[in-house]
Amino acid sequence: MLHVIRPSLLAMAVLIAAVGATATLAQPVRPFESVDWSIPANGVDTRVLAALEQRGIEPALPCSDEVFIRRAYLDVIGTLPEPEDVRSFLADDRPEKRAELIEALLAREEFADYWALKWCDLLRVKAEFPINLWPNAVQAYHRWIRDAVRENRPYDQFVRELLTSSGSNFRVPPVNFYRAAQNREPSGLAEVVALTFMGTRIGNWPEERRANLAAFFSRVAYKGTDEWKEQIVYSDPTANDTFEAVFPDGTTVTIGPGEDPRVAFADWLITADNPWFARSIVNRVWSWLMGRGIVHEPDDLRPDNPPVNPALLSYLEDELVASGYDLKHIYRLILNSRTWQQSSIARSDDPDATAMFACYPVRRLDAEVLIDALDWIGGTGESYTSPVPEPFTWIPEEQRTIALADGSITSTFLQMFGRPPRDTGLESERSTDTTDAQRLYLLNSTDVYRRIANSIRLRRIAIAAGGDTAELIGGVYLTLLSREPTADELAAAQAYWQTSRLSSENAAIDLAWALVNSMEFLYRH
Amino acid sequence: MDEGRARDGISRRDALRWMILGGAGLAFADRVPVFAQAAATPAPAAKARAVIQIWMWGGPPHTDTFDPKPNAGYDYTGPLNQVLDTNVPGIQIGQLLPQLAQQADKYSIIRSMTHGINGHETAAYIVQTGRPPGGRLVYPALGAVVSKFMGYDGGYTGLVPPYVVLTQPQGRFDEAGFLGPRYKPFATGGDPNARRFVVEGVVSANISDERQAGRRELLHSLDTLRQAMPEHPEAAKLATVEEKAYDMILGDAGKLFDLSTEDPELRQRYGRNTFGQSCLMARRLVGAGVPFVTINYAGWDTHKQHFETMRWKLPQMDAGMATLLQDLADHELLDSTIVWWSGEFGRTPRVAWEAPWNGGRHHFGQCFSAVVAGGGFKGGQVVGASDATGEHVVERPVYPIDLLGSICELLGIGPEGPMPNPRGQELMVMAPSDEATPSAGRLTEIM
Repeated sequence: MLHVIRPSLLAMAVLIAAVGATATLAQPVRPFESVDWSIPANGVDTRVLAALEQRGIEPALPCSDEVFIRRAYLDVIGTLPEPEDVRSFLADDRPEKRAELIEALLAREEFADYWALKWCDLLRVKAEFPINLWPNAVQAYHRWIRDAVRENRPYDQFVRELLTSSGSNFRVPPVNFYRAAQNREPSGLAEVVALTFMGTRIGNWPEERRANLAAFFSRVAYKGTDEWKEQIVYSDPTANDTFEAVFPDGTTVTIGPGEDPRVAFADWLITADNPWFARSIVNRVWSWLMGRGIVHEPDDLRPDNPPVNPALLSYLEDELVASGYDLKHIYRLILNSRTWQQSSIARSDDPDATAMFACYPVRRLDAEVLIDALDWIGGTGESYTSPVPEPFTWIPEEQRTIALADGSITSTFLQMFGRPPRDTGLESERSTDTTDAQRLYLLNSTDVYRRIANSIRLRRIAIAAGGDTAELIGGVYLTLLSREPTADELAAAQAYWQTSRLSSENAAIDLAWALVNSMEFLYRH
Repeated sequence: MDEGRARDGISRRDALRWMILGGAGLAFADRVPVFAQAAATPAPAAKARAVIQIWMWGGPPHTDTFDPKPNAGYDYTGPLNQVLDTNVPGIQIGQLLPQLAQQADKYSIIRSMTHGINGHETAAYIVQTGRPPGGRLVYPALGAVVSKFMGYDGGYTGLVPPYVVLTQPQGRFDEAGFLGPRYKPFATGGDPNARRFVVEGVVSANISDERQAGRRELLHSLDTLRQAMPEHPEAAKLATVEEKAYDMILGDAGKLFDLSTEDPELRQRYGRNTFGQSCLMARRLVGAGVPFVTINYAGWDTHKQHFETMRWKLPQMDAGMATLLQDLADHELLDSTIVWWSGEFGRTPRVAWEAPWNGGRHHFGQCFSAVVAGGGFKGGQVVGASDATGEHVVERPVYPIDLLGSICELLGIGPEGPMPNPRGQELMVMAPSDEATPSAGRLTEIM
């Protein structure tokens, strides 16, 4: 039997009160936790811990190296680690290995794939109804976004290009920003600009304030060309009126004849002391890595929705501005913090513990990451469907789903597991809910059965193990859960070989099936 | 590409209005004012508790089925220029539907369906949601609406999901629309005509019940993280859905899909093909309380080889659908089950004889037919009429939302009731919420 040692919370509270120290008292849960921190607390941690202490909430223990490597791969590059990488990481006993792994992952190509995917959700990169960017423009736009992520283009520059570009949707990809809106009237554009770069839903702003924002997009114009589905986005040069435009903070600017008011807006938005700009993006990055915004939801900044930890939010804002809008700097700060490297097993039953970041949040894998993982195990490729048989819908077999450009290209799996439809750009479009249909699919579909039964990866493990069941079990664990089995798990698995009366091959299939269906596989933890 | 786009510079929405006005020659005066009944009305008393949707994916030819035009000449009828009298005096249907001719007292034919859209995706969307595309929201299909109101949120406790598709999902648009993945249909996969109907996730082709039970225990003993945080809401959720899944896999739900217990003679009458056995499966599902079953019956997009296809496909449809109506009546299910037969549009009444079609029919959204039976719909009636060639609606237009609203009303789902939606807008379940959705009123003449 597995020995999970969890001191009762009451007993722990008594101990804490008595001794006044915390971390050394709690018993770590194997194989998920370790006793001592190997990394120093950073600026993130001091602010998180100060808030927790004030509320009397105990933070979680450090996560184990096994948990760390899986979490780092999944959170940073949306990809499972190769077994040999896990093995060498676990064998390494230098304290700096965690920071080095983070640095290596931030430099991987999959980092660009995975975070371009996230940006394409927010920017609604989708060829067909109801966004209708069209396939050619989707490819150009996706590539531009991916390049920006890959070269870590300063965030201020990235946003300025999206807001102020003019030209063809094929040749100047960022102009697609103004095409990727269900409503391309100035009011609709104001809505997506505020949502995307100010993390703000202007639906509940007073009408005048909304109209003021819309005025900055009143000269955005579109025209077709002779090229099929090419469109030019530009600022109408024939507009010959002069008007006083009012920014969301109440300051004003005069827009003259022929001037592009988008530029004035970008100049106002992209400044160090703009109350929305840096705040909204650091809050988003935090929510992507920590499962929940400091302001929650991350695209609902408003005065009556205060941050749960204001000091932490300002700290990250200052860091972003001081680093020259270097988003990877923010990733680094968070990933190298004890806060992100906590165990997912809460040590406090305070209802606000999770919201105040007293443990790492457990979340089901994203649809795209999960199907990539299943394809990685099975050595298979996903087959996609598109609502419209047009060019660019042919997807190579080895294409990763996290690298898929077009939100219109989909599959039954992706829909079942809550991939965002990219209709609105709201963060809440993505669903990580667990449904009955998902469970039936994972537990009993021919699709999952085939992936496991035909997996060359798993067959190789069996061949390498010869007849040694323990080694086979160890190999399956390392591949699927990025760790060795505990003694109890090994015993339970070995017993299955005896009791099930199945062939070794079928017993191995069932072991892999059980691990794929475990919470540890299906959830980030 | 949307072939329904009328011409450059006209939006789909405008095209719809334009086609309805110009194409069918109907006056907007016929329309019920959009918000005339918008005030909150109490939900109607339910007559039906289930729907079987026979979805004729691709677009069935209305003039070869329920709206024959034997006198229109060879350019229209092709070789299929005969009609059959039905068991209802005065109603005739196409020559390849003899069994359905003997069931005409059970169903009503709507010969004046119209929306004017000739692209598959757009037309499939409008026929199943009632809404013109291009708005800011993707509306849910009727099945998802029924799932919302009569599924788990509405007190349904069956093990089989409340919205089932036999056997493949339609794929072309997200049936659940803004309601989200919880309301998507459960697609069975497999083939009910196979020796073992392998239902994706429920009936496994490879795993015996004994092995199912054994490996479930293995999963429990190895689910270490779940054991480490048993109180966590995600762990609890996982346990709940797993239990439900196994109730289906190992319990009575799995037996529901086992057609081998049915009388072989009855199976024969339904037709030993995927459609026929899907009809039988649909009867079993509604008999077990499932509120919405779609039979996704593909293969009707006959631009080429139209008549050859009709000669083998219509007899299959005839046997399956006619036996379904009789069998539902025999099981006393017809009074509470709506059978709805329709594609996304009809097909061009004039035959495309020229190359490369060589006797084909194209998409036709301006005028087509639908059939409804049971669940409070009268039988033996014809609603509306098309002209002598079947190209224009001349009497009592029926827009998709009129038909869908009627079905909702019979199910006890108030069509004017509020429709939950992500933006909190004031939308009605199945009544026009905006100017772009034309309506000519619900089918009170057959309800």
